[in-house]
Amino acid sequence: MTQSTSRPDVLVIGAGIVGAACAYYCTAVGLRVVVVDRGGIGGGTTSACEGNILVSDKEPGPELDLALLSSRLWQEIGEDLGRSAIEYEAKGGVVVAGSRETAEGLRQLTAGQRTTGVDAVDIGADELFELEPNVTREAAGGAFYAQDAQVQPTLAAAQLLRRARLRGATVHVGTGVTGFVRDRRGAVTGVRTDSADVPVLHARWVVNAAGTWAGQLSELAGAPVPVLPRKGFILVTEPLPRVVRHKVYTAEYVANVASGDAGLETSVVVEGTRAGTVLIGASRERVGFDRSMSLPVLRRLAAQAIGLFPFLADISLLRCYLGFRPYCPDHLPVIGPDPRAPGLLHACGHEGAGIGLAAATGRLLAQHLSGDKPDLDLTPFRPDRFEEATP
Amino acid sequence: MTTSRAEQPVARYDIAVLGAGPAGLSAAVAAAAQGSRTVLIDAGARPGGQYWRHRDGDDGARHHGWSQFRRLQRESAAHHLLDHRFGHSIWHVERTEEGFTTHTTCDDAPRALRSRTVIVATGAYDRQLPFPGWTIPGVFTAGAVQALLKGQGVPAGKRIAVAGTGPFLLPVATGLAEAGATVVGVFEAGLPTAFARHPLAALRSLPKLAEGAGYLSTLRKHRVPYRTRTTVIAAHGTDAVTGATVARLDDRWRIVPGSARQIDCDTVAVGYGFTPQTEIPLQLGCEMARDADGSLVARVDSRQRGTADGVYVAGEACGVGGSQLAVIEGELAGLHASYATNGSLVDRRRLTRLLRRRAAQRSFAAAMHQAYPVPDGWQSWLDEDTTVCRCEEVTAGTVRRAVSDLGATDPRAVKLYARPGMGLCQGRVCGYATACLVARANGRQPTADDLRGMAARPVAQPLTLGALAAGGDDNSL
Repeated sequence: MTQSTSRPDVLVIGAGIVGAACAYYCTAVGLRVVVVDRGGIGGGTTSACEGNILVSDKEPGPELDLALLSSRLWQEIGEDLGRSAIEYEAKGGVVVAGSRETAEGLRQLTAGQRTTGVDAVDIGADELFELEPNVTREAAGGAFYAQDAQVQPTLAAAQLLRRARLRGATVHVGTGVTGFVRDRRGAVTGVRTDSADVPVLHARWVVNAAGTWAGQLSELAGAPVPVLPRKGFILVTEPLPRVVRHKVYTAEYVANVASGDAGLETSVVVEGTRAGTVLIGASRERVGFDRSMSLPVLRRLAAQAIGLFPFLADISLLRCYLGFRPYCPDHLPVIGPDPRAPGLLHACGHEGAGIGLAAATGRLLAQHLSGDKPDLDLTPFRPDRFEEATP
Repeated sequence: MTTSRAEQPVARYDIAVLGAGPAGLSAAVAAAAQGSRTVLIDAGARPGGQYWRHRDGDDGARHHGWSQFRRLQRESAAHHLLDHRFGHSIWHVERTEEGFTTHTTCDDAPRALRSRTVIVATGAYDRQLPFPGWTIPGVFTAGAVQALLKGQGVPAGKRIAVAGTGPFLLPVATGLAEAGATVVGVFEAGLPTAFARHPLAALRSLPKLAEGAGYLSTLRKHRVPYRTRTTVIAAHGTDAVTGATVARLDDRWRIVPGSARQIDCDTVAVGYGFTPQTEIPLQLGCEMARDADGSLVARVDSRQRGTADGVYVAGEACGVGGSQLAVIEGELAGLHASYATNGSLVDRRRLTRLLRRRAAQRSFAAAMHQAYPVPDGWQSWLDEDTTVCRCEEVTAGTVRRAVSDLGATDPRAVKLYARPGMGLCQGRVCGYATACLVARANGRQPTADDLRGMAARPVAQPLTLGALAAGGDDNSL
């Protein structure tokens, strides 16, 4: 058994972007941290997304508050680690309205967002074409969001963990959690793993940052949170000169992000990257952990992208990838201590916004664990809220 | 998009053969002769693949097994059950309820072909190792030099150094010398004496050994030096190759101190074995393995079946072994896939004979792989700023730092952190080298999973978004 003097304060399960941010912020306040992951660093959903840090796609509410805090924190991380080290880009977001009606609906959204601190500017067609010269001429207008940014997600996870290691954290990759250790009073005091190197790891607190697999892990801990996979494809083009300047998406995207429909939804999101490739998302399907390719989905994404940027019809698709976004039924993440299992905390269920919301999640958990008052009230994100909801 | 089952047309073909090289041609001919409706698909304009790459009106003088090719070509062209789709690039094979849909583009127009089974015969391409200067114009793969010679009848340069390892260097150098180029030397990094330890393999393959002896005597006639345990460790020049550095190697391929010397040449042809094209078996979920030569290959059984239902694999995609083995495996795959789709019986003696010949060819191939290993000492030729991935301009130092600084434990992680294999070629060129560099930086040997991390490509060939969006189905033709 590990001696209590060497027992770390925090054991983070998951070396994705959220676990990495938890390790980064916890070590920053002097907590001793151990991270375990059954794969490598940033190898799950973190490696299968676009790296968005968005405020534009959220309606006023707790998630937008979290996003606004995160947007500020990511800028600080960029200063701390070096913007180029994580490929941080404050590229800004452009939302395109295809019709006058959509433009009107979008204006109502931006008005609400502005009251919470979002820098949202309504733009007409001419301003839109100035911002994005290659966008379809059929667009009626839209909105510009200066705060929308992007990082290279796997690189960001690796750099956050690198800094955490320099501050004393230990990272065990290739180490899967097989069970939880509890004391006589039922409190979680550690985990058992499938690695002979570290069969048992003890800690004062255990953080469930297992992303899309956090639901399964919470079952293992006897404190279930309903995190489920939502499958999404992303297409990647050949490298191009700077032809798409911002993150550009259609106003329908906001509706889809918040949708609870089980079937396939696609609403196009197009953006250039520093490497020159253009990324095209984003489909959302609730089909479990099914890794198979779906050509109808890819076709639809391609068609919608061409609808938004007609020049893309002649551009080559280089590759595509898919990932599983971890979503909860109410589309809010789960952040904070679990009263059903003292010692266990959750940091999961961020759906398609995990990169953006990771910074605030890590910071809020670190504040909670070090006894500081969190920047935001954690009540909307509490882990036991789903039990209250069931009759 | 979704159509009801009743509306879906039935598969037009029993068998789709993917690739028209030695394995694919042989498979298609055998399948059609057994009464299977077969389609043979290849990106090239004519059959033959890389091995029998030829020109219109080619007399076959530069080719081996040309009469065999002419026979297969004749039989494939004449058979009424066999359709051809040349100029079709396969970008994805999809499993469907009835079997498979092979998605291709032809002049950027999308096409889809339905079949009940597929025979993957996608062959292999040159395996490249990076070294200082390997991206300078004038450095070619041995295969590219050979393709230029066979396809256009043009030697790649005037003064050519041929370097690398494996028996393939010999026909390349011989072809160049006979076409009038000055071959300044054949630099074989290995010491191919291991054959002596495999008398049986050698005995069964006397014709092949005689072929090798023939090359060597041609090289002697043209006064081309043949050096073993020696290779090109650097190429020089900026816009074109102006020379190269050649050095002696020890048994781990580390440079023997003081042995480096400059040679005068305008072209370097390099080949370190072959990398099988495994995109399609990977897309279809076939189990893969790391073969004796270190390549990722699809596992097959005695009937050439991959581990995924309805998928047959023949030729280099299930193990690099040369054209003779590929023709045998293709025939076996064609016969078994036919039986599986239409129940046509095969003469047992024919199968027994094929299996015996396959075993002989495979043991010869295994002996070859053992005689020409690629030990990881080549990594010591690289400077920190030597390019590993030329598409994304990723250096060896960057790859190693992704391991030492960022904690990458496998090639896929390095690909995500540092972008090797993310560019236009999608890791076809640098995948093997990156996997080896990352494994070694982690203190271990590369595994099948390492190689898979650089080889899985859901989009096997680029296609335009317009073609993707349009879809396509030429079963209605």
